[in-house]
Amino acid sequence: MTLSPRMFRSLLPAMSLSVILIAIFYLQPRTMSYFGLNLLLNLALPIAFATLAQMCIITVNDLDLGIGGFVGVVACIGATLLNDSPLLGVLALLGCIASYAALGALIHLRQLPSIVVTLGMSFFWLGLALMILPRPGGSAPQWLHAIMTFKTPYIPFTIIALSVVALLVHWMLKVSAYGTILRGAGGNPSSVERAGWSLLKTKVTMYALAGCFGVLAGLTLVGLTTSGDANIALRYTLLTIAGVILGGGEFVGGRISPIGAVLGAVTLTLTGSFLAFLHISPDWQIGAQGGILILVLALRAIINRAETR
Amino acid sequence: MKTVQLMIASVALSLSLAPLGVLADTSDKKIALSNNYAGNSWRQAMLNSWQKNGQQAVADGVIGAADAFTTAENQVTEQAAQIQNMILQGYDAIVINAASPDALNGAVQQACDAGIIVVSFDGIVTAPCAWRIAVDFAAMGQSQIDYLNEKLPKGGNLLEIRGLAGVFVDDEISAGIHTGVKESGKFKITGSVHGDWAQDVAQKAVAGILPSLPEIAAVVTQGGDGYGAAQAFKAAGRPVPLIIMGNRQDELLWWKEQKDANGYETMSVSIAPGVSTLAFWVAQQILDGKTVAKDLVVPFLRVDQHDLEEKLAKTEKGGVANVEYSLIDAKKFLAEM
Repeated sequence: MTLSPRMFRSLLPAMSLSVILIAIFYLQPRTMSYFGLNLLLNLALPIAFATLAQMCIITVNDLDLGIGGFVGVVACIGATLLNDSPLLGVLALLGCIASYAALGALIHLRQLPSIVVTLGMSFFWLGLALMILPRPGGSAPQWLHAIMTFKTPYIPFTIIALSVVALLVHWMLKVSAYGTILRGAGGNPSSVERAGWSLLKTKVTMYALAGCFGVLAGLTLVGLTTSGDANIALRYTLLTIAGVILGGGEFVGGRISPIGAVLGAVTLTLTGSFLAFLHISPDWQIGAQGGILILVLALRAIINRAETR
Repeated sequence: MKTVQLMIASVALSLSLAPLGVLADTSDKKIALSNNYAGNSWRQAMLNSWQKNGQQAVADGVIGAADAFTTAENQVTEQAAQIQNMILQGYDAIVINAASPDALNGAVQQACDAGIIVVSFDGIVTAPCAWRIAVDFAAMGQSQIDYLNEKLPKGGNLLEIRGLAGVFVDDEISAGIHTGVKESGKFKITGSVHGDWAQDVAQKAVAGILPSLPEIAAVVTQGGDGYGAAQAFKAAGRPVPLIIMGNRQDELLWWKEQKDANGYETMSVSIAPGVSTLAFWVAQQILDGKTVAKDLVVPFLRVDQHDLEEKLAKTEKGGVANVEYSLIDAKKFLAEM
């Protein structure tokens, strides 16, 4: 059987993940257990949610530079309001999602560049998070912590959750009828509009969806760390973009892969562990992480070239 | 599941054996440093101290390994993952300079549950199972105002340069400064900027706020920002006020130059980056079976007008005034606690 470039491309995320995972198992056999996999992967869940949020935005040909700050706000709400007065907390989280939807509407109606709007919002989110939680602290609701440390039999909770989420979003965007419209709105907006679909509606839907995933990312994160910090997820912004691209998505809108994005997020999480297990000196770790990214993306570029040929 | 049970069993076994092995040698034990940030001179000096001290300890056969790990950008999530990796790598003790006092507790608890000794210093963690070597940052802030009280009996306007927003060290030092100002009643903080403990950031921030400020009598700082502040005042053509320094070599050198040129007087206070070596020996002592109190307080390091030359001579270029601890120093420190 020969692999077509197209198929090879969609398999690339899974392959890069396998390579990293096998390397980790080889370097540190201790990780090859329920306990080990759990420790290795549990922080991948919030990153995967945040990556899916970013993917929603990239689907409609925009870019979200504020997602890290947004996840931080949710984490702070989760560690304060949601714990002290659950009703108010839930309302605040719904408000967060609504503001994301409004952001989508604003960007569409005023034809603003999303990068500028979301970059501006990233400062707003950080400020808001600092107002909610001026100094690190607070505590996650018991139930949230219980969910995140839940011990499922045989397969760690994180792996089950990651698979379920990936398949669900895959169905939503790649299989369902409206999912096709949503992707089309990013890939070829004018033809979708001419076919009678409201571009405003698609944009608001995708931004609201991104808000939902952002909220899930923040909540799972605070469930793991047990307390909040305004700066908790600032690095997520670039990490999620890298995750989407690593997972086979592209900056042109419409070309995305939810399963790939989740795999990409997990791969990025594992890269850090891999480098730590290699005993690479701290000065080189940061660079090495970038090196691995470039390697995978270069491979993608080569495949893309083969595809167009 | 079996592996977990096996692990718990082996941890329980090693714990029950521990009393028998009191003063057992720690030569096969491994200690790891989890550091959240390396982007300024203080952190570099801290890592240097750790490395020098750790290599010596390994060479002397006191400890099996003393590896240092740093995360890229002061991120809680990365450091939590880093701690989890250390658990998997089978370290016996983890020394932490934490990105957040609370948000790492999940990972720290996992480490404790796996039978690992966790010692935090400078940026401490609040998880009850961990040891803390804390600095009284509030007192450090207040000591600046105490000094100003003496130096400027008439009081005056102050400019405050803060650290990195949202980091608890910044809150604590600033709280100490504000308490001191309130108590003295002579001073007024007319402006406040974030210098992120870095000279270039501080210089930009001060330059930005200077035009809107009245005459400034003194600048209270958090370390790593004094030299930048002085440059900003100079560039704006305003008289350079009394600037509290933070033990960085460039700050001490500038102070020395001013002192020689026009008798400039100030003081400098910060914590010695060598506190990482103290944390190292505390972890080693705990591994050795010693009982150590969970909360320890380390004194801060102050440079005054009279010992400026001496301290400056001992500080390497681009470094920070430092005190490193040996095993004997650490034992003495613990005995005094």
